[in-house]
Amino acid sequence: MMGRLPAWADVVLIPLMSIIAAFGISALVILYIGENPWEALKLMVDGALGSAYGWGYTLYYATNFMFTGLAVSIAFRASLFNIGGEGQAMLGGLGVAVVALALPWPHWTLALPAAMLGAIVFGAAWAAIPAWLQARRGSHIVITTMMFNFIGAALLNYVLVNILRPAGSMDPATARFPKGAHLPTLHDLPLIGSYFDKNTPANITLFVALAACVAVWYLLFRSRLGYAIRAFGKSESAAVYAGISPFRITMYVMLLSGGLSGMMAINNVMGEAERLVLNAVEGAGFIGIAVALMGRNHPFGVFLAALLFGFLYQGGAELGLWTTIPIELRTVVQALVILFTGALDNMMRMLVERIFALGHRRRAA
Amino acid sequence: MEFSTLIQVLDSGVRLGIPLLLACLAGLYSERSGVFDIGLEGKMLMGAFAAGAVASITGSAWLGLAAAIGGSLALAAIHGLASITFRGNQLISGVAINFLASGLTVLIGQNLFHLGGRTPPIKGAARFESITLPGADALRDVPVIGPVYYDLISGHTILVYIAFAIVPLTWFLLFRTRFGLRLRAVGENPESVDTAGVSVLRLRYTAVAMAGILCGIAGAYLATSAPSAGFGKEMTAGKGFIALAALIFANWRPWRALGATMLFGVLEAVAIRFQNIDVGLFVVPVQFMQALPYILTVVILAGFIGKATPPRAGGQAYVKER
Amino acid sequence: MQANKDISIRVMPGTIHGIIGENGAGKSTLMSILYGFYRADAGEIFIRGKPTIIHDSQAAIRAGIGMVFQHFKLVQNFTVLENVILGVEEGMLLHPSLARARVALAQLAEEYALEVDPDALIEELSVGQLQRVEILKALYRHAEVLILDEPTGVLTPDEADHLFRILGNLREQGKTIILITHKLREIMEITDTVSVMRRGEMTATVKTSETSPEALAELMVGRKVLLDVTKGPANPGANVLEVENLRVIDADGVERVKGISFAIRAGEIFGIAGVSGNGQSELLKVLGGFQKATGTVRINGQEIDLSGHHSDGQTRRARGIAHVPEDRQHLGLIMDFTAWENLIFGYHNAPEYQSNALLMDNAGIIAEAARKLERFDVRPPSPMLPAKSFSGGNQQKLVLAREIERNPDLLLVGQPTRGVDIGAIEFIHKQIIALRDAGKAVLLVSVELDEILSMSDRIAVMFDGRIMGERDPEKTDQRELGLLMAGVGTEAA
Repeated sequence: MMGRLPAWADVVLIPLMSIIAAFGISALVILYIGENPWEALKLMVDGALGSAYGWGYTLYYATNFMFTGLAVSIAFRASLFNIGGEGQAMLGGLGVAVVALALPWPHWTLALPAAMLGAIVFGAAWAAIPAWLQARRGSHIVITTMMFNFIGAALLNYVLVNILRPAGSMDPATARFPKGAHLPTLHDLPLIGSYFDKNTPANITLFVALAACVAVWYLLFRSRLGYAIRAFGKSESAAVYAGISPFRITMYVMLLSGGLSGMMAINNVMGEAERLVLNAVEGAGFIGIAVALMGRNHPFGVFLAALLFGFLYQGGAELGLWTTIPIELRTVVQALVILFTGALDNMMRMLVERIFALGHRRRAA
Repeated sequence: MEFSTLIQVLDSGVRLGIPLLLACLAGLYSERSGVFDIGLEGKMLMGAFAAGAVASITGSAWLGLAAAIGGSLALAAIHGLASITFRGNQLISGVAINFLASGLTVLIGQNLFHLGGRTPPIKGAARFESITLPGADALRDVPVIGPVYYDLISGHTILVYIAFAIVPLTWFLLFRTRFGLRLRAVGENPESVDTAGVSVLRLRYTAVAMAGILCGIAGAYLATSAPSAGFGKEMTAGKGFIALAALIFANWRPWRALGATMLFGVLEAVAIRFQNIDVGLFVVPVQFMQALPYILTVVILAGFIGKATPPRAGGQAYVKER
Repeated sequence: MQANKDISIRVMPGTIHGIIGENGAGKSTLMSILYGFYRADAGEIFIRGKPTIIHDSQAAIRAGIGMVFQHFKLVQNFTVLENVILGVEEGMLLHPSLARARVALAQLAEEYALEVDPDALIEELSVGQLQRVEILKALYRHAEVLILDEPTGVLTPDEADHLFRILGNLREQGKTIILITHKLREIMEITDTVSVMRRGEMTATVKTSETSPEALAELMVGRKVLLDVTKGPANPGANVLEVENLRVIDADGVERVKGISFAIRAGEIFGIAGVSGNGQSELLKVLGGFQKATGTVRINGQEIDLSGHHSDGQTRRARGIAHVPEDRQHLGLIMDFTAWENLIFGYHNAPEYQSNALLMDNAGIIAEAARKLERFDVRPPSPMLPAKSFSGGNQQKLVLAREIERNPDLLLVGQPTRGVDIGAIEFIHKQIIALRDAGKAVLLVSVELDEILSMSDRIAVMFDGRIMGERDPEKTDQRELGLLMAGVGTEAA
């Protein structure tokens, strides 16, 4: 029977088992490569968490994934699958670059809010077109957002090559941002600075991401809009009965989702590269899907899942460096997490239910 | 534009369009049965890798092709399990399959060959070589017909001709056979098939498997069809998504799929050959040409020009009404 | 739930056997078992005296049973021929099967007056033609027993007459027909034998020639335990709701409500009886603000927008209309939401639920929810439980608590006690009457006749999108109302 599980099993046990399944299969892959999975895990832990350098990178990646994870999960909450986080983050980068290069910023405290605004506007705009097409024309939002990833990449390429590339440069990238638009790294901060290595890219954006997690929680669970979003996502017919407009919710949610994806750019573009390069997003938009699924579309879950994926990314990079395990192991783990938590969740649920049924029978006997 | 340039562009358009065509037909089978497939890219990539790896080890292009089909089928089986048996989200399953292929191909490739994810270069019997059609040499110097026959029609590998042959075959299968009738019915209204006493599950698994086979061939073409010489990391480079776009553009029909994929192939060839195109009043940037397939697809999806009508039951797992 | 309880039925060859009963009486379930769609938990099926096991549709087809479902199982973008041969093609290639079917269809058309263009696309055909395609499908599969589930529900009177002529022809050729319907007129017109179903049980099987519509109506509705509703006389005040010439055309272009007019005064319950699907649902949706319509609707003398451009469920609520929808599972509640979240559903924008411009006052809402659960005797009274974990009756109390506690001027209630246990029924009825006694107007839509009779101060009967007539509950009875509900009666308004 479906739906006979206690709440904690649904929220904790099933995702946990999905992760165990994903990591278990990954361990088999590592065995196949001829390495020891346990050693590999130790190396990952050591590389990602064992040093100031390691966790600096882990947190940097996690920051990216918090934004894209929140973006995907807020759309999922409205039953919309935004697969376009990649393109929206790319455009967000463009927004950041336009703002950062527009003025000789005197100080980052002024540049940051302006750049955030740029990131949000560009990211949201890139999500708005698929949203409108879905709400008004019924165009399948998964396909349109996917197409917009490619169109976004081409657009960015054009802008970088033909407009923002400094004269004389061969590189399809913008000029470096002015000094006043450089964000302080965690190492630069008072109090906590000494815990971080100065060569890691983790920066103040981490706190923006944490604030975004909290803000999205408030939005989803404490605001009228969030209430309407969740209601619409659970039942469109009931939402219509309650006077919630599907068109408006679709637009709002996708604007929020695109804005969040775009915000990622303040981390990777403004905080790390300090200029806009062609492939700045590096798949973080897609990782957002895995993060959202694993975090069960809850901001706190997204936060945890983003940390896990930050660990996976940094740890995986270390594996690539020190063992014969290629860095692409990360992609495999990511794929398995998406597969088990997103596509095979019914299988995992049936499994857990069977275990529970067994337990009941035993107790009854 | 000179005539010889035109022929060259069209020829390279065909070469670029063939993997799109095969993947597009793969998607056609799957989606016609009501199973969305955004994992074309991953299956094709897995196929390309398996073909490159096995062809380089065995020295046989045909064994490579068989391996490509096998590799792609394995991913198709996962998709079937997730979306048909366990009624999971077909789109998420497709996303997972793309990543799985992207990671596994490099992991296995690196383990086997230590070439950073590439497979060793192949030549001779390990790859499909170009075929010169009968009379091509004789006709070569005849004006117009010569270049068209010699350069454009002749001189491709066997997989190209197979791909073209699959178009009428698919049309025939879809619209002239019992299997096709049932396949189209199950994608439109699975209840009609179920009440007629035909298994919805079996039909859908068959369709998903056919998608696996075709993606495998597409992958083999990429890796082992001359002039390419082996598998390279991420070698599909988004072709699976263009194929998906072409499928929508073609309105899920085989002959139109041929047209759409060849159009997209030629667009790519033009972008490669000419870069920015000066049309007099303004310059069409190369990036616009690259994005054109996707833009056209969005326009079609929006229903402003033409209308994309996907199979009605697409994306929904079949549950008997209670 | 037991949809069918210990049913025995014997159908004679070459006859038309009617099965009549209210919605939810279990008719469709019974027929789906015969067609192998569901498995019965116990019991046997005999065909021509032989015990037959029907475990899937294929087995039913082999046993000579053909089914015309209420919702056609046709492929929209296929031709008639293609639909007919689907599943019974001969050989791998279509062409020979199509050619054979073309000949066979021509013969069938001649034999039974079943003309349909074999090359027409399904999406281009009228509903009546679609039904003929389904019948042809069954006959092409050599069906000897043909089951039709509510076949006239979607037909115009002309099309229905045509169908009956076809059924008559089929009977003459020796086919056996089982006709499932809730329409008395059809039973009387065409069947040889009729079985009555009520609440999952077969209450009677009689020869049609030996019964009357009145007798059948009584068997259909049954003499239920009289509901214990105590209410004083109504003290109606001024008109709260005025409806004039209301028409609804749904998304499929079908006219569901065909120009109705009525008014409801403060302090009275206006009951609308009728078999479901006769326009009551659409009427509720229009008044609730999520169905477009034409005509005039005034609430407290002020006209409200029916075009859907300037109004929705929110604006209706702001005008003092509360709505307990017929389908609480899909409309009235979000099953995954907690009780407290459901208790503000539709009113979530109300200022008293906000603690400031940005945030909702969750703590306050939860506290209020706990009080409402207490007052409405919802069990268990815990606001943090999701709606899906409550029983049907308690779910309904949640909806009722939400809507009544807003103190509306007009309460719309659809099927207030559908799927609700006996204990909760009484409580729900009392709450609605209390609202009336507080001087509010109530529009009650129900298919339960005794509910309508015991609750209403005035009764209207809807049939086929029209109000068939208005009755005083003191001066009418179930039989009269049952006839009006079945479309028998002359007084169409």
